Amino acid sequence: MNKKQSQASDANKNEQRASGSSTALLENEDRDTLVRYYHQMLFIRHFEEKSAEMYNKARIGGYCHLNLGEEATVVGFCAGLEPKDYVYANYREHGYAVGRGIPPEAVMAELFGKETGCAHGRGGSMHMFDVNHHFMGGYGIVGGQIPLATGAAFALAYRGAHEIVACQMGDGTTNGGPFHESLNMAKIYRLPIIYFVVNNQYGMGLAADKGSAVGELYRKGCAYDMNSVRVDGNDVLAVRDAMRAAARLAREDRQPTLIEAVSYRFRGHSVVDPDRYRDREEVERGRSHDPIAMFAQRLQDAGLLDDAALADIEEQTQQELAAAVKFAEESSYPPVEGLFDFVYAPNDASAGER
Amino acid sequence: MAEITFRQALNETLREELTRDENVFLIGEEIGNFEGSYKITAGLLKDFGPRRVVDTPIAENGFVGLATGAAMLGLRPIVEIMTINFIIMAMDEIVNHAAKIYYMFGGQCPIPMVIRTPGGGGQQLSATHSQNLEVWFSHVPGLKVVAPSTPEDAKGLLRSSVLDNNPVIFLENLALYNVRGEVPEGYYTTPIGQAKVSKEGTDVTVISYSRMASVALDVAHRIEQETGLSVEVVDLRSLRPLDTETIINSVKKTGRGIIFEEDWRTYGIGAEIAATLQEEAFDYLDAPIKRVASVEVPLPYSKPLELAALTGARQLIEAINELAPRRRRR
Repeated sequence: MNKKQSQASDANKNEQRASGSSTALLENEDRDTLVRYYHQMLFIRHFEEKSAEMYNKARIGGYCHLNLGEEATVVGFCAGLEPKDYVYANYREHGYAVGRGIPPEAVMAELFGKETGCAHGRGGSMHMFDVNHHFMGGYGIVGGQIPLATGAAFALAYRGAHEIVACQMGDGTTNGGPFHESLNMAKIYRLPIIYFVVNNQYGMGLAADKGSAVGELYRKGCAYDMNSVRVDGNDVLAVRDAMRAAARLAREDRQPTLIEAVSYRFRGHSVVDPDRYRDREEVERGRSHDPIAMFAQRLQDAGLLDDAALADIEEQTQQELAAAVKFAEESSYPPVEGLFDFVYAPNDASAGER
Repeated sequence: MAEITFRQALNETLREELTRDENVFLIGEEIGNFEGSYKITAGLLKDFGPRRVVDTPIAENGFVGLATGAAMLGLRPIVEIMTINFIIMAMDEIVNHAAKIYYMFGGQCPIPMVIRTPGGGGQQLSATHSQNLEVWFSHVPGLKVVAPSTPEDAKGLLRSSVLDNNPVIFLENLALYNVRGEVPEGYYTTPIGQAKVSKEGTDVTVISYSRMASVALDVAHRIEQETGLSVEVVDLRSLRPLDTETIINSVKKTGRGIIFEEDWRTYGIGAEIAATLQEEAFDYLDAPIKRVASVEVPLPYSKPLELAALTGARQLIEAINELAPRRRRR
């Protein structure tokens, strides 16, 4: 095969597909795993509701963007990765931080601006970080995380490491330069990365299809000859399976993938947004596809969960959440003497592999 | 001591660093196959291969962000931006990310990265290819900024920059690349944040950096020979952190200070230093601080206009003559 032919056949291999809802059959799944997904989704739901409540009580400052309505997307994303894989996210990332294993106490404490927060109170809602969990940051600048994530994947490829990178972003991000520059580089350098677009259908108040010339965002991958797929973001198993497939490609073939998970933002852009620009009927319709309620129904229909078990999980999440809030409330603020800590990294300490 | 050019000093140091540390890699536009727009990376792709010497697409924000991300995982990228004018495309990744990540995430993740880039006018490249943007970076906590004027310091500071665990903007100047200078044998480093008194004097202090520091040194020697006026020259070498101690001590000694910069005057390095001197050495000043800088226009193409816009030796000599103690004036 000459070079041209081989390139053409490579291109054919790169699928572009819009898969519908999950093809995963519950009977092929481990019950405990399914229950854990449900538990995680419910926890994130309550965590975000609590965040809004604490914001309104002025315990949390700044901007505060919630994952409400996106819980299946968040949990499916996390479930498709291995524990040591690296995650970069945008500013709507509380759920991802918790989902990747950062203790909820540390995430809530970060929201409260406390020293025990996962960024020691220096970052806040938009900037969760935990190097030990390879959670490499929430980023408040739209698109800023994408070149960084691409560089992390570059470092992993450079070392021949087993791990991969998953980079979460919103729909509006796909209209900016960093997205396109990064996808191009990931493809030419063959980087082990998954670009994961949460299409919650609004970039702040601008409908996704008004901001993007291409409404099906996953199709933008074709400009970079990249494997691209659209999944139902309300189906945790569909999201997980798309992530797993992409992770395998990244790990085994060093091929990047673009995933678009279609979801719906239940509330305004941030806690303070009264959401006046969306049609009420549309919002009601969006909320009626509640990923958590739908998954609970599926589990019940399959006989995997009954009302008592659901009530148990609800009780457990409330307890976990109460513990997180208590921890955040009782933690201290960073001492003002620490204001200049971390402006510059010391040169004596080793800046070794992370 | 061997005499080499600024370009050779950089090339040798890059080669050394690639050899010394497997985590060091070079990345930028045209640094490999083309061997660098200004040939700073000549021969390195051939000797170290495409894994260590990475040609990029024309996407400054993308590849600077990529380098920052690689540094987050512990690699030590040395980025080349073809000229400083193109760095403007990468400002988000530099200012919002590279400069903030260590602080904003509570000290969990240093960014050991060097960004090398040449600035400077005088090559008839017109307005978008002739800028000096050091102030933009020197303003930002979290960044370090160095601007050597000699091959010796280019080597020493590039080594220090690669060893540093923070993002360092390493400023070069197009008109310095062919300048020759003596370089010590063996391994040495030049500390970041330490200015150098490149010529001692008693009547007036000229404070400068990068190419203008080398012009200042020539002017100082010439004036001393011609008039007997004793000019001290402070070569800042680093702009952030700024070695205020050396500047203050020099002006306390001479009582007179001139800041000489190729950049525009307003809000410039000179403004910062003049403010520092009036705060810290007010009682020692025998005359107002002077700033000698370029004229505030986008640099024009046509040679006579370009010459009229750029500062240089003539403007510095005029300033020294205006400021010098009366007993020494011609």
